[in-house]
Amino acid sequence: MRRIRAAVTGAVTLSLVLTATACGGGEDSGSSPKTLTYWASNQGASLEVDKKVLQPELDQFEKETGIKVKLEVIPWSDLLNRILTATTSGQGPDVLNIGNTWSASLQSTGALLPWDAKNFGAVGGKDRFVDSALGSTGVPGQDPAAVPLYSMAYALYYNKQLFKEAGIAQPPTTWDEVVEAGKKLGAKGKNGIGVEGSNLSNNIHQVFVLGKQHGADFFTADGRPDFTSDGAVAAVKQYVDLMAAQKIVAPGNAEYAQNQSLSDFAKNKTGMVLWQTPSQTFSAQGMGPDEWGVAPAPVPSGKPGTGKQTNSMVAGINLAVFKNTKNLDGALKFVKYMTSDEEQIALNKAYGSVPPVKSAQQDAAFADPSLAVIRDTLATSAAALPQVPEESQFETVVGTAVKELFADAAAGRPVTTESVRAKLEKAQQQMPKK
Amino acid sequence: MTETVVTPPSGRTVRKAAPGEARTPRRSGRRRVALPYLLLLPALLLELLVHLVPMLMGITMSFRELTQFYIRNWSEAPWTAFDNYSVAIDFDAPVGQALLKSFLTTCTFTVLSVGLCWLLGTAAAVFLQENFRGRGFLRTLFLVPYALPVYAAVITWAFMFQRDNGLVNHVLHDQLGIGDSPAFWLIGDNSFWALLVVSVWKGWPFAFLTVMAGLQNIPRDMYEAAALDGAGVWKQIRHITLPSLRSVNQVLVLVLFLWTFNDFNTPFVLFGKAAPEAADLISLHIYQSSFQTWNFGTGSAMSVLLLLFLLVVTGVYLLLTTRGRKTSDV
Repeated sequence: MRRIRAAVTGAVTLSLVLTATACGGGEDSGSSPKTLTYWASNQGASLEVDKKVLQPELDQFEKETGIKVKLEVIPWSDLLNRILTATTSGQGPDVLNIGNTWSASLQSTGALLPWDAKNFGAVGGKDRFVDSALGSTGVPGQDPAAVPLYSMAYALYYNKQLFKEAGIAQPPTTWDEVVEAGKKLGAKGKNGIGVEGSNLSNNIHQVFVLGKQHGADFFTADGRPDFTSDGAVAAVKQYVDLMAAQKIVAPGNAEYAQNQSLSDFAKNKTGMVLWQTPSQTFSAQGMGPDEWGVAPAPVPSGKPGTGKQTNSMVAGINLAVFKNTKNLDGALKFVKYMTSDEEQIALNKAYGSVPPVKSAQQDAAFADPSLAVIRDTLATSAAALPQVPEESQFETVVGTAVKELFADAAAGRPVTTESVRAKLEKAQQQMPKK
Repeated sequence: MTETVVTPPSGRTVRKAAPGEARTPRRSGRRRVALPYLLLLPALLLELLVHLVPMLMGITMSFRELTQFYIRNWSEAPWTAFDNYSVAIDFDAPVGQALLKSFLTTCTFTVLSVGLCWLLGTAAAVFLQENFRGRGFLRTLFLVPYALPVYAAVITWAFMFQRDNGLVNHVLHDQLGIGDSPAFWLIGDNSFWALLVVSVWKGWPFAFLTVMAGLQNIPRDMYEAAALDGAGVWKQIRHITLPSLRSVNQVLVLVLFLWTFNDFNTPFVLFGKAAPEAADLISLHIYQSSFQTWNFGTGSAMSVLLLLFLLVVTGVYLLLTTRGRKTSDV
């Protein structure tokens, strides 16, 4: 009898203990004033490269302030989900990187610390940052949800050897010239331009810019989805037609989503790509810096500018503070450190991006011609993606529509104005009702 | 404290108290009733914690407007009664249409996958019943897909299905010369067949393992007797093997059905976040409806509908198969 009683007591105790520990998990995350948890996005050629770039800077920060930063580099495929999970549970990092296009969506969840005058004051003031970068930090008129950390823009990268073989003297500046160059490359058995047809975000970046060139925004001024305007339809069709009608994109690109177009470029299979900061990936693929050239992305007139001559989105990474942080003071210190001139120069140099901090931008490291193109684009001809709370959903549904259209084009099915409009109509109906 | 245990022919275990224990028949009787429940308690509590609580939360969420504006504080999300459900099952609107299409795709996919898994698994198990050289090796080999981590295995398939550099097109198009141009497997209509191949490859070893275990219980004399009576291999399989496997198959088909219908990992790793329409399985569809569009209320409503469907199917299946077995046993 006693044995049974002991067994019963044991079983009950064990179950209670298990239940209690299961409930108590995950409470400790950076609550001490001497530590911070930092989620970095993947900027380098791999997560390991990022750790190597960032760790010495974090060690330096610890030396200066005594605050230890626990670094976690999170791949792009997981980052948004991780942030959503952290938002839902309230258990997250203290400081984190976000893609700047997510700013407004994440701002609407209330998970991020708003950057009011006082918080900006703690990092040296709003004036330190370039205007175009500040334009991608949240809904206009509200306190920004993050501060700019790295800035990037799209440009046209071309393979010098293939251009020479095809007899193309100058990099194209208009879309007509892109098509012409693509056909010349095609005549030599090469692919004209590479796309990442199954990468939803990349699709959005490209059709957003083309939309601007057709005078269309994907959202109305009061923030309602407007995917089926003539301009938007023409923009999407023009992009997919690079494969469907002009045939300067190889059909296989329809399933690309993991930067395969960059390897094709580095392996001399493709002559051009429209990309943001690919130099690290090129060199990782064995392509030297003098083997490729860079030119501003094409526009209808050949001269990038504002409005219909827009040739890039404002790409970049923002640094945000998680509102639930128990170490606000330390988090602000860390943001100040990361946006200081010295760190801005070191980090942007390592990642091939441009500092969104005015004073750091003047450094000689960013006078290199390839970076000058990016800097000029950001200053004169880049536009921010719509800063609306539904931006993230827009990327999903319209990005998927473009992916499906590429799949149609690759399979040889016709891509018509009607079929494009039907896909965009379906995408718009999937957006949340207001 | 001695107890004698008598096992009557019915198989039920009866405990007889030893003479010294007769003093307190009531107390010990109550204890004996309580004991199994107490021993089940830890499992029950954990089951509550890991399964029922999240399920109940999911059901609660399905009645709220849980969008990005409320995920930080769920309790503030407005109650919407059946709004999320009416969006999900309004088959004239795009969301409902897409859900219905995904559901039908999943049904077709599941029937084909379970059927093929069962067929391959049973055939292999039956053939490997005979003792021959290399049987152990083949048994091990067949179980490899089951032992591999899902992610590693499916990502390898994803590489093999790539259009330009994949092994599948290399063999089919470059070497065998099938088709004018290499086919796409990861986008477009062929993606359904790609998914089916991976699913069957991944699922059939379980069927093989289960049927093989079931076969061990069939007495060999039955086959010998049947052989003496002149029954050939097919007759033996039809009249001895399959009827004897009935109870094993009942569970096997059910489990395969539930696993396949709910499978998330395979399509997710193979296609990424946006599956092609032809291979848009329901679990991935629900994931996309909630995580990608940040509308957890509608996503939860879809999950609850899926749960109800699977409960009904399971219930009806068990009812039908069990009743069938009772009558055939008599």
